[in-house]
Amino acid sequence: MRRTVPIIQRIDWLTVAMVIILMALGLFNVASATAGADSVDWFDWGSKQGKQFMWVALAILLGALVLIIEGEFFIRTAAIYYVLNLILLVAVLAVGRTIGGAKSWFNFGSIGIQPSEFAKTGTALMLAWLLSRSNERMSNRNNLIKAILIVAIPAGLILLQPDAGTVLVFGGMILVFYREGLSGNVLIAVFCALLITVATILTGASSFTYPFIGTSSAVGILWVILAILGTFIWAMTPQWVLPRKRKRVRRSVIFSFIAGLAMSAALHTGLEEVLKPHQKDRIHVLFGIDVGNPDADYNIRHARAAISSGAWTGKGYLQGPMTAYGFVPEQETDFIFCTIGEEWGFIGTVFTLLLFTCLLLRILHLAERQRSDFTRIFAYAAASVLFMHYLINIGMVLGLAPVIGIPLPFISAGGSSMLGFTLLIFILLRLDAERFTVLR
Amino acid sequence: MKLRERQLVIGGIFVLITFIFIGRLIQMQLFSSEWKEYAARLTEETERLEPARGLMLDRNGQILLNNMAGYDIWFTPRKCRTAGGLDTLAFAQILGITRPELEREFRRAEAYASYRPSIIYKQLPAEHFARIAGELYRFPGAEVRRRTIRTNPTGLASHLVGEYREVDQNDMATNPNYRLGDYKGKSGLELQWDQALQGKRGIRHHIVDIRNDYRAPAQEGLLDTLPTPGLDIQLTLDLDLQAYSENIMANKRGAIVAIEPSTGEVLAMVSAPSYATDLLTGRERGSNYDSLLNHPRKPLFNRTLRATYRPGSIFKMIQGLIALEKGVIRPSSRITCDRNIIGCHGSHTLDNLEEAIAHSCNPYFHEVMKRMIQDGSSGSVFSDAHKNLGAWSESIRAFGLGTNLGGHFTALRSGTVPDTTDYDRMYGRKRWAYSTIYSISIGEGELLTTPIHMANLAAVLANRGHYISPHVIQSVGGQGKPAEMEQRFDTQIDPIHFETVIGAMAKVVTSDDGTGRRAQVPGFEVCGKTGTVQNSTGNHSVFIAFAPKDNPQIALSVYVENAGAGGDWAAPIASLIIERYLSGVVEQHEKEARILQATYPFPESPL
Repeated sequence: MRRTVPIIQRIDWLTVAMVIILMALGLFNVASATAGADSVDWFDWGSKQGKQFMWVALAILLGALVLIIEGEFFIRTAAIYYVLNLILLVAVLAVGRTIGGAKSWFNFGSIGIQPSEFAKTGTALMLAWLLSRSNERMSNRNNLIKAILIVAIPAGLILLQPDAGTVLVFGGMILVFYREGLSGNVLIAVFCALLITVATILTGASSFTYPFIGTSSAVGILWVILAILGTFIWAMTPQWVLPRKRKRVRRSVIFSFIAGLAMSAALHTGLEEVLKPHQKDRIHVLFGIDVGNPDADYNIRHARAAISSGAWTGKGYLQGPMTAYGFVPEQETDFIFCTIGEEWGFIGTVFTLLLFTCLLLRILHLAERQRSDFTRIFAYAAASVLFMHYLINIGMVLGLAPVIGIPLPFISAGGSSMLGFTLLIFILLRLDAERFTVLR
Repeated sequence: MKLRERQLVIGGIFVLITFIFIGRLIQMQLFSSEWKEYAARLTEETERLEPARGLMLDRNGQILLNNMAGYDIWFTPRKCRTAGGLDTLAFAQILGITRPELEREFRRAEAYASYRPSIIYKQLPAEHFARIAGELYRFPGAEVRRRTIRTNPTGLASHLVGEYREVDQNDMATNPNYRLGDYKGKSGLELQWDQALQGKRGIRHHIVDIRNDYRAPAQEGLLDTLPTPGLDIQLTLDLDLQAYSENIMANKRGAIVAIEPSTGEVLAMVSAPSYATDLLTGRERGSNYDSLLNHPRKPLFNRTLRATYRPGSIFKMIQGLIALEKGVIRPSSRITCDRNIIGCHGSHTLDNLEEAIAHSCNPYFHEVMKRMIQDGSSGSVFSDAHKNLGAWSESIRAFGLGTNLGGHFTALRSGTVPDTTDYDRMYGRKRWAYSTIYSISIGEGELLTTPIHMANLAAVLANRGHYISPHVIQSVGGQGKPAEMEQRFDTQIDPIHFETVIGAMAKVVTSDDGTGRRAQVPGFEVCGKTGTVQNSTGNHSVFIAFAPKDNPQIALSVYVENAGAGGDWAAPIASLIIERYLSGVVEQHEKEARILQATYPFPESPL
């Protein structure tokens, strides 16, 4: 045992540095996005940049605090933390305040707390605790169901708020399952499901004149094609597959195509019947479908214009007119990347993206160097959460994903996400620092 | 695959997504210009700084056309919506329009652009604006922009100055610099001198915020320019004389043109009935224009330049002059008043030239022109006419008739002086002789002239043989008179011959049996000639004159439509105008009162 090495030397300072750079980046850009073209007053606590300054300070304090707590504490209290989160998620549905259409905030004076931002950490802890208890992990069906429940319960509560973006983030836990033994076919199935989704939306928005039936949505053609393709593959399977596997493969082919058809049908119905028109418009806008409403893609047009106008080196700090004069809605929170794009240009945006990628890859590296299953699983959960935020937020701002409100970790203004991500990363760093000293 | 190796798949997904994002950024930030232009369109706005339009002054510096403040109400739909809408009923009330009208304007604004302001109410007068200015804050999205409105405070010379009003689709199609809501000169001097009057627009580039409010100068203001005011234009008109003349012509139909013979400067130009210029510049332009257009006496018609009349007896003076110059008669030549060919009036039998002009003897000038056209030089009356008419027409045109008078009036009709080709076209080549066309010898037939041509003729007579092309521009932008204004035209007729004709003109006014006795002005020697233009709905009363005889200061023509003989109405009007101009006041009160009381239509027998 090398108890003599102080814990401080075991901390992965590279990760800490990347997080602090992201925080600083966020702080400067939030200031620019809220202060307009005037000079920035950092110590005006009433202003958004003043608050963000306070949140960054609090986050660093919280990080330091986490680093001096024994890792064992987090493992033992994982279930308590998780249940506490569930209680808060239920409570917020009862007494929360509605902001932007979602009932997801507790209000304390001028400060709002979003329990869903902390639930991610809680779920990651709980998932790590559950999966590290058994050596079978995902290959055990019981475990799989439990793991899915652990993710699905908070996700379901958040869906009731409703906050689709955060639910998607929970969906990212599939990467953890995959790492812990879930079949790769599931990832492929998810990919196929995405393809069918896109095809359903595109065909669903156009119309086609059918013989005998008349003009209706062109999604029918997609279904006919899927059915023919399924039948064809089913019929050809005996030619392609070894006899002993034939039965199983044919069964799964039938199952897959019926599932695909069912999903497409459900999606189409959901799009046409369940979604509100403006939500449907958002999805249509993303796919370049003309919704006949110039305001529908207003956010995304302005976001795109702001980023594009940055060109190579940007307009300069505090110099971006679209940032300074309020052209991009929610630019200090969900659309903060527009400010980076406009004021720092291609250099700034690529730097930010690379920094995120390095952070993600670094977490994977940390995960794989653990002897402790708990730490590894927790690290993967953390990476998945960060990655989903990165994917959805940047994808939305760049017009590659639908407009789904979700913050960019450490950069967007807001205390809950700042503290939530800090908790996530610094618990991981503490656990990582103990990797030689604690045997689990 | 070992589970541990799955980190490569997951890491690979991370890196792949980042590559996709970077690819997208390369496309957006480094290559696409479409979105950069869109950003510039959103954040940059050019403000146009309208220059003050040049004023118009009369020859003495009195203001004819001025600019005054007017207020347009603009409306930005998005601003209104974000502020929670407004009370349309109250808004319509303070503007003084109905609610449906206002809502129609709102829809128009919305259709144009919801985030940009559009005009919803034009040219709110200053006093109305002052009343409602304090209320406007209650209506989010509404703002006021000051603009200048053209105004003619005296209401004089409306036909001459013309219209200054909003551009139409056609203007915007031909000149891309015009935008909806811009103004330009559309007729008269406002159109002809639009370039000089309009000045040069300044441009200021702004960075705007999402509410389209100006926030900062764009490009550090390096591209900004200041407006250059339009040039003031001084006219040759004498506003006092113009006002007097318009007043004299009130309730009549006709025209007056007065020219300073030595310079060609137009002193007064009246087309009656007239209208106040401002009727066609304010908010009510549409309905005013319609009622003026449909008015039975055609007030919009500029008779001074566009009404064509046969010259009648007045033309005989020109005949006499060119006959003298060609030597077919001498001043003392007497010709029998042979009324078999052409009718006449009065009791004369054997007049010389001076008497023939004074008596307006038709057979005399029939014979005079016959000597010029049918001279027997080519063996046939047809060939004679065909050969000689051209030279005759040229001589007539030298007096300005049938020409554009130097081209300083774009609306001017040249009138008609027929020549060989005209008659060839009408009757066929050599199918006509003097006997076919003789009615032009006494100023009838195909001859047509406008009031300004006749005023110019008076100036030619006053100048004894030449004229300066008539014009109204005294000075542009304080730079003095443009050189092209002072074009001189010569009749090529010996001044000696003019003395005979001028003597006759003096007698028309002074002798006891002269037709123009009413043109006398106490203290001044007036030379004039009456004309009576045959017209089926009542003859037009015409008079041309200049005075004083030996040092002419003013030459003019007066037309009073359907008023009878030239001596009855046109001559006394000429007398009043000459007196007003030469002595500054009118002492002939009885004459003045008679004219002012006369209203159109004139009684059958005015005496």
